[in-house]
Amino acid sequence: MARAVTTRRKVLTTVAAWAIGLLIFFPIYWTILTSFKTEAQAINNPPLFFNFDWTLENYAVVQERSDYMRFLWNSVILAGGSTLLGILIAVPAAWSMAFVPSRRTKDILLWMLSTKMLPAVGVLYPISLLFVQFDLLDTRIGLILVLMLINLPIIVWMLYTYFKEIPVDILEAARMDGAGLTQEILYVLTPMAVPGIASTILLNIILAWNEAFWTLNLTAANAAPLTAFIASYSSPEGLFYAKLSAASTMAIAPILILGWFSQKQLVRGLTFGAVK
Amino acid sequence: MATDHSRSAARLMMTPAVILLLGWMLVPLTMTLYFSFKKYLPMRGDSLERGLDWVGFENYARFIRSSSFWPSVQATLMIVGGVLVITVILGILLAILLDQPFWGQGIVRILVIAPFFVMPTVSALVWKNMFMDPVNGMFAHLWRFFGAEPVSWLSDAAVPSIILIVSWQWLPFATLILLTAIQSLDSEQMEAAEMDGAPVLARFFHIILPHLGRAITIVILIQTIFLLSIFAEIFVTTGGSFGTRTLTYLIFQRVVDSQNIGLGSAGGVYAIILANIVAIFLMRIVGNNLDR
Repeated sequence: MARAVTTRRKVLTTVAAWAIGLLIFFPIYWTILTSFKTEAQAINNPPLFFNFDWTLENYAVVQERSDYMRFLWNSVILAGGSTLLGILIAVPAAWSMAFVPSRRTKDILLWMLSTKMLPAVGVLYPISLLFVQFDLLDTRIGLILVLMLINLPIIVWMLYTYFKEIPVDILEAARMDGAGLTQEILYVLTPMAVPGIASTILLNIILAWNEAFWTLNLTAANAAPLTAFIASYSSPEGLFYAKLSAASTMAIAPILILGWFSQKQLVRGLTFGAVK
Repeated sequence: MATDHSRSAARLMMTPAVILLLGWMLVPLTMTLYFSFKKYLPMRGDSLERGLDWVGFENYARFIRSSSFWPSVQATLMIVGGVLVITVILGILLAILLDQPFWGQGIVRILVIAPFFVMPTVSALVWKNMFMDPVNGMFAHLWRFFGAEPVSWLSDAAVPSIILIVSWQWLPFATLILLTAIQSLDSEQMEAAEMDGAPVLARFFHIILPHLGRAITIVILIQTIFLLSIFAEIFVTTGGSFGTRTLTYLIFQRVVDSQNIGLGSAGGVYAIILANIVAIFLMRIVGNNLDR
């Protein structure tokens, strides 16, 4: 039975929740709004909310001056490539741990998770050194490998928790009917696993897109994604608010949209299934 | 039942992931450990080819003795602690608020969660320039409007400013997880308490808070691990000045700026030990959850 709620209380809650929601969202809203102003209007005091001349000029200037598309493309390649590679490696691992568990499965899962806790800065020099040795510095393939490895534990975990929810009886039945391992995976497991895999892909694209330690430290001009591109606005370019805003808006828009679709999976993925 | 055939197949399927992660963990870790016992200053002619001098625990001792060590521990504790206090307390309140029925729940949820998806370099720069800039920032406008002198946030109040930026990024995470936990609360229990006339505060402390205990612990542990290694937020704002040089940032500077690999590696080992202490607690909770 639902709790009876007085209209008065609902109105009050609505006002409070919206006020706080808008306050938290304000910096993002302000960034998007400022990206459509001229530089002079962007620093106007009092701040301008609607009464300015909307312009798309900043977007054109950002692209023209810094070849924005190349950074965007790098972000897409890095986030997409590392996620895809991670999924290819993690699906078999998570499948076997979920359906053919052994005594050590739990230990392996926890150990995998523990590699995620390794502070990146502790291994910064060794990784840079290996990158130099293998000619991976400032290459996309090198970054794809690193991003894949730092997110692999999360991918395995998420897939594992999703696969665990698939009823084993169905697999048993398929086996009874004489389905081999390959058929079992292709025709029985895959259709049921697709939603979980999709959520995992979504969350990992977000994590890889926003990763800002290795992408800042292992790239220069060639493989730098949007995180590094925005960091180059540190100063003095950062004082051109309208351009900073346009660059920022373009950098966060795709992931903001993906993120809104993945709210539920976010909890499961980031708590390693401990909160669902 | 799993056959021997499927069991060995399963082991085979796990192998790539296990080997990759094993390599990813062991190779750099061994190298860091090795360098931490060596004198290694590439700028002064030390090189791997000519061999490095063994210095025992010298680097470990020097890292702690250096005048920047304790301030960096202090900065780390203040930033991690500050963000934890703010995000957990506000997260609980916000989760309770968002759990109440109101119009536009879906949209407000999206607004609240949004900051989590903003890449760290963007949120740091937007806050630094458009809000905290002492001349043209939004805060400066506000301060002037009320007749106050604008504050140079990132130099005069650098640590609180970083705490504000990072809290903004992580509040959505705490809120979302706590909201998920609250929604699993048995509503009949709440109703019963409400009908028995239990006051709001009593309901909060005796029903909601105990129920949230586990979720709060998880939020604290996971955030601690991520917060201990925040980097971009400091890199693009203060660059470690004005008391914001955390342990992570100090190690980064030792390795990258002063090119003292031995010293930086010793610092890295400290950071790894520290992270592992937190991780052990987290793993225990996650592990217990696996059994259920």
